[in-house]
Parts: sequence; structure tokens; C-alpha cells
Amino acid sequence: MDLILDGIRTALKLIFSLDREVLAVTVLSLKISGCATLASLLIGIPAGVFLALSDFPGRRLVISLVNTGMGLPPVVVGLFVTIFLWRNGPLGFLEILYTPLAMILAQSVIAAPIVTGITIASIQNLPANLKLQVRALGATRLQTVWILVRESRLPLLAAVMAGFGGVISEVGASIMVGGNIKGQTRVLTTATIMETGKGNFDVAIALSLILLLLAFGVNYLLTVIQQRERPR
Amino acid sequence: MSEKTALLHVENLQIRRGGVQVLDLPRFSIFAEEKVAIIGPNGAGKSSLLLGLACLIKRTRGTIAFQGEVVTPRGETAFRRRIAMVFQEPLLFDTTVLDNVAEGLRIHGSSRAEAREAALESLELFMVGHLAGRSAHKLSGGEAQRVSLARAFAVRPKLILMDEPFSSLDLPTRIVLAEDLGRILHESGTAAIIATHDRIEALRVVDRLVVMDGGVIVQEGSPQEVIANPVNSFVAAFKRTTAPADS
Repeated sequence: MDLILDGIRTALKLIFSLDREVLAVTVLSLKISGCATLASLLIGIPAGVFLALSDFPGRRLVISLVNTGMGLPPVVVGLFVTIFLWRNGPLGFLEILYTPLAMILAQSVIAAPIVTGITIASIQNLPANLKLQVRALGATRLQTVWILVRESRLPLLAAVMAGFGGVISEVGASIMVGGNIKGQTRVLTTATIMETGKGNFDVAIALSLILLLLAFGVNYLLTVIQQRERPR
Repeated sequence: MSEKTALLHVENLQIRRGGVQVLDLPRFSIFAEEKVAIIGPNGAGKSSLLLGLACLIKRTRGTIAFQGEVVTPRGETAFRRRIAMVFQEPLLFDTTVLDNVAEGLRIHGSSRAEAREAALESLELFMVGHLAGRSAHKLSGGEAQRVSLARAFAVRPKLILMDEPFSSLDLPTRIVLAEDLGRILHESGTAAIIATHDRIEALRVVDRLVVMDGGVIVQEGSPQEVIANPVNSFVAAFKRTTAPADS
């Protein structure tokens, strides 16, 4: 119990004294997971809209694959991204392994199916005739897609939350493709593992608390936007 | 009335859905300011006819001409901007009533101010102007359907297609709304095709009754003619139904 209390005490001290190393790790975590979430939205929303609205042979199989991808184990993603980015791998020429870019790539692979899957469900949950009603108003194909996405905006904010939550908290892929290099690829999750391994529970608790606060803060902000969006 | 003066004219319209032919219409026309009701049992092809006329479902064959011009696949969006359609459910967007009604005009390229002004006018026409600032998802069934009608009328369509617009409403609301709609259609001179099960809608509003069964038109004429000479049991039952429309 003392261990935990001491840990929390030190953690609060590290947080409120704005410890430079802790701050750097926090900022890097936010940057990497923020970029990965953004990338997954840019890929996942159009892909989800396409899969929800189109009809082609094999569509159900693709949707099943996306749904399976929503639970992709980060270590599996980490393994394959590492193989792809390895010196002799298909993308080895990019020379980005053990850089933040590799971590963004891996986290995007984790988050994209989550965003795609939630987008498909959101669009398909709209009333069946809504698409016909929008087209009946004279909307072009692009206007129709825009209006349907706008109508799904509240569940789509859930996609942002789920995507960000999925990547800020994952560790397997980040440690495999990033390598936990101090000042370069060390993020909150990888640093927590390292400090726990070294027996520095106070620092590990501090990092965990920050991780929790960060996840809560971002989700709180998105929830406020989501609830404010709903007209009274 | 000749084919040349028809507002909308259809030749050999055939539609298949799920491998089954659901509509076979050798010829059909509607003229400016005319009000037509399509009646028939479930599965008669009423909804397919309306969706087909609005080019919202793919036709197997056939041509649709609007104001004398054949609607080509590339011209379908432009064609839909000259008509409007109201569905059984109000299908309102998750925004305010005013923005819902302005949406069609915004889609057509009107400025926000122009769209809102026309939307407010249309809401007043349907006596729901006071709801302009309300969330569209918090309206009663009757209010929501009035807003849906206001949205359709806001774009000043030449022709309005309505697919059982009042079927989800209770009888008193239906009677009042049918009366208001009949008056507004008459005053605005908008042509209308209403698919319905409901004689209140059919008889209060229209000049011509079209009876459909099995995807084809089986009887056509003025409401009095059709009711007096029922072609099938559905029309006979329609005639027998007691409703305030008789009054």
C-alpha cells in the first residue's frame, strides 16, 4: 500500500513540477497518437462511407475483415509493420523504422479499422430511405455523401474517441516499431513498461496517471462537443 | 390532353427489383396542376412507380420525359431539382426545423439567407413557422410530416411525388393535414402524384385515381368513375370504407 501511496505522491510531484522528461514523453505521445488518429480518420471515414453505401461482390467479406481488424492485436501489427519497414522489407527503403513516423504508421493500422467499422455502422444505422430523400432533394453524389456523414456526426465522434483511445493506450506496436529510444520514440506506454521493469514504480505510476488523464481529457472534450452538437 | 402538353410523360417504363418485375407501365402522363392518386394493395407497385418516376431506382427500360424533354442518366439530378418527393416517414435531418426546410434550397445552390427566407415562408404555408428554431427530432408525427411537406414545397417544385405521406398519422391529424395539403396544392398549382391506401388522402386531394395491382395499372379515371365501377376487390373495399371523406 505504501508503495502505491509513495508512487502517487511522487507522481503528483513529477506532474506538477512539469518534469522535463515526463513532459517530453507526454507531448510525443500526444503527437504520435494524434497524427495516427487523424490518418485513420482520413482513411477510415471515406472507406466506411464507401462500404456502407456501395454494393459489389465480396462486400460482406470486406466488411467482415474490417470488423475483424477492429480487434487487431497491436503486437501483430507491430510485427508486420516491423517486417515491412525492416532494411530488406518491402518498405525498407523508407528508413523509418525506430522513428516516430513508424509508430504513427503502426498506430494508424490499428485505428483505421476501428474508424472504418464505426463509420459503416453509423451510416447503416441511418433511416433506410434517408439516402433516397437526400437524392430526391436534388443532391449530387458528393452532396449526398456529405449530408449522410453530417447526419452520422455524433456516432462518428465516437469513432474518433475509439480510434484515439485504441492507439494512445497500445504498447505492443509502439515498442516494436519505435524501440523506446529516449528523446526520440519514448512514449507514455513504452516508458511505463521500462520504468516498471526497473522497479521505479513512482515514475511508472506518474506516467500511468498522465496517460489516464490524457485519455480522459481528450474523450471529455469530444464528449462535450458531441453533446453540444445535438440540437435542443 | 395530348402527350406534348404533359408535365411528365412515361413510355414503356419497366422496373425489376431482386430479379422480379415490379413495374410495367406502357404509358403514363401527368399534366400541369393535375393531382393524381395511386391506389392499390401492398406490393401493387405504388412505391416503385414513384421511385421510378423520380429516377431514384434503376429502370430496366423505358423513357421519362419532363416538360417535353427526355430525362437522360446525366440529367437525372437536374430533373430531381425540378420535382420533390415526400416519403411515408418525415426523414428529417438532425438539425433545426428551419435548416431542414432550407436544405433543399442549399443543395440547389441558394445562399444561406435566401434559403432560410424561403424555408420560413414554406413553414408558414404549412402553419409550422413557430417551430422554426426547434430540433426536428423533437416534433410530433403530424408536425414532422408538415415540416417534411414544407421542405418539399420550399424548392417550388413543378411536381411533387408523395408516398403514403400520412399513413403513420392518427385519423384526426390525417384529415386536417389532407385538407391543408389539398388547399396548398390547389393554390400553388403544383402537380402531385400521391400513392396511398387512404381514401381521405385520395378523395380530398385528387382529380384522377389510378388503380395499380401487380405492378400494372388496372383502372384509371376520375374518383367518381373509379369508385362507381370498381375493377377489383381492392377498389370495392376502398369504396366501402366509411370515412369522413364522404362528407
